[in-house]
Amino acid sequence: MTTDANARRQRYVGIVSRVFAGACLLATLSCIGMLVVLLWSVVSEGAAWLDFDFLTSFPSRFPDQAGIKSALAGSLWLTGLTALISLPLGVGAAVYLEEYAVQSRWRKIIQLNISNLAGVPSIVYGILGLGLFVQTFALGRSVISGALTLSLVVLPIIILATQEALRGVPNSIRHASYALGATRWQTVWHQVLPASLPGIMTGVILALSRAIGEAAPLVAVGAMAYVPFVPASPSDQFTALPIQIFNWSARPQPEFHQVAGAAIIVLLAVLVTMNTLAVFVRYRYGKRIRW
Amino acid sequence: MSSATTELLKTSPQPTGAVSRRRLCERAIHVSLFVCAAISVVTTVSIVVVLLVESVQFFFDVPISDFLTDTKWTPLLKPQHFGILPLLSGTMLIAVGSAVVSIPIGLGTAVFLSEYSPPRLREIVKPVVEVLAGIPSVVYGYFAVVSISPFIRWLFPGTGVFNAVSACIVVGIMTLPMIISLSEDALRAVPRSLRQGAYALGATKYDVTTQVVVPAAMSGIVASFLLAVSRAIGETMAVTLAAGATPRFTLNPLDSIQTMTAFIIQISQGDTPAGTVESRTIYAVGLALFLVTLLINLAAQWFLAQVREKYE
Repeated sequence: MTTDANARRQRYVGIVSRVFAGACLLATLSCIGMLVVLLWSVVSEGAAWLDFDFLTSFPSRFPDQAGIKSALAGSLWLTGLTALISLPLGVGAAVYLEEYAVQSRWRKIIQLNISNLAGVPSIVYGILGLGLFVQTFALGRSVISGALTLSLVVLPIIILATQEALRGVPNSIRHASYALGATRWQTVWHQVLPASLPGIMTGVILALSRAIGEAAPLVAVGAMAYVPFVPASPSDQFTALPIQIFNWSARPQPEFHQVAGAAIIVLLAVLVTMNTLAVFVRYRYGKRIRW
Repeated sequence: MSSATTELLKTSPQPTGAVSRRRLCERAIHVSLFVCAAISVVTTVSIVVVLLVESVQFFFDVPISDFLTDTKWTPLLKPQHFGILPLLSGTMLIAVGSAVVSIPIGLGTAVFLSEYSPPRLREIVKPVVEVLAGIPSVVYGYFAVVSISPFIRWLFPGTGVFNAVSACIVVGIMTLPMIISLSEDALRAVPRSLRQGAYALGATKYDVTTQVVVPAAMSGIVASFLLAVSRAIGETMAVTLAAGATPRFTLNPLDSIQTMTAFIIQISQGDTPAGTVESRTIYAVGLALFLVTLLINLAAQWFLAQVREKYE
């Protein structure tokens, strides 16, 4: 090859490689751009509608009187009950898989099953909730049906996060505990669980923030569009923040889009608070233990 | 726990009162923990049973051949047609359209973060991706309605408020984090020695990235694509808000369409009496949705297992 052709080829290779690197950079920057545009479109629509009355009023036909009182109350009920149901079950399942069933056939089946459940669309859980809790167990279109359904949605997340946290506890801790005569449960309860608590809490908070944002399974279970009351017991009918946002966004009037924007700001504020809490727990308590 | 400790527990001396009570307690705890873990299996079984039982009843009324081949889906209008093809084509349109958005941007970002990025930029981009992953789907739907759809209508005048392309774009953004984080993990798992070997042969950074690192990480990257597609197929609220409720056997992204998930929402919101053919449609559609996503997820897990085999 002549030196001339060689130089031309080198220049070509240089251009291709720079274009490639530039395209990758562009892709990365576009991710940031998308987030900025998304947040901006929410804030520019909704910020003006956000005030204290908005938080304490019931939904209304008139956008300027509409509020999210019943939606907030519904979300609070759902999240509380979902936490009560899914936390013990999820942590229990993870403890069984990591501490009790280390090499059994059951472990393999359950583990494969959990990773599949994590990929099942949430609307399918909604159909399950409708068929199982609402109809078969006759719980009706109530808060408890919604909470049970959401628990099934977040269980795989809690189990996988807890397993991760339990795996982080070194075996020497367990062996030391056994050597002192502790039983398996004493070891788990007094040594392994306290040591892995920050990791478990982080996973649980993230799972619950997923539950707060879920709308599809709740619509399938039968959350109502218009709820002018605060649910007083788990057997009451309900709505939730994401469902309220969905209903307002689906209306053609631009005023309702702005109201939806205001509700999204509230929802995102709740999620940011929970995520900050998760990060805080991870750093504040995660660093205390040194092996 | 090691097997030696298990042996030790088994061969310990015969229990007396307090010890035997403790034994019993331990046994009870063991069983209840097993029950917690078994709930996940029970969940899967109930999903399958609920979907199958109602679907079988549905297929007594609607022949399965009509369900699979009829090109019209009008369960709530006379004459009734129960052909899933329009819903399936709508779902596939969203899956493919969102992949067109998410795969190039996602893979580009993953390559940049793993191969090119200065650490400081990485520290900005990683949290941004996490935030994108944490935003609820209904918020993306809102974003499609108030921002993307008006933009599309400005670009292509005559397009309706509800169109598949704005749904494709938001679902693409929603599935980006999955592609970015899984692909980046796969790229980072490629051993440094492979890169250095290529450099030693005189390869440029571009050659190393495209000829060595990306091919070596291919199973992980493919797995991330598959999971993103499966997520797009199961995506509900954003698609319901953005793509509309007109089941149509079309591949034109500017049309208003309906996906399987959006149909389930439509029926759930209405007041279809339980026990009718119309109300059972959601179970049949749900079964189709469950099977499609399950197959794709299993394929993705197979690819992920290939990654683990290779480098761990």
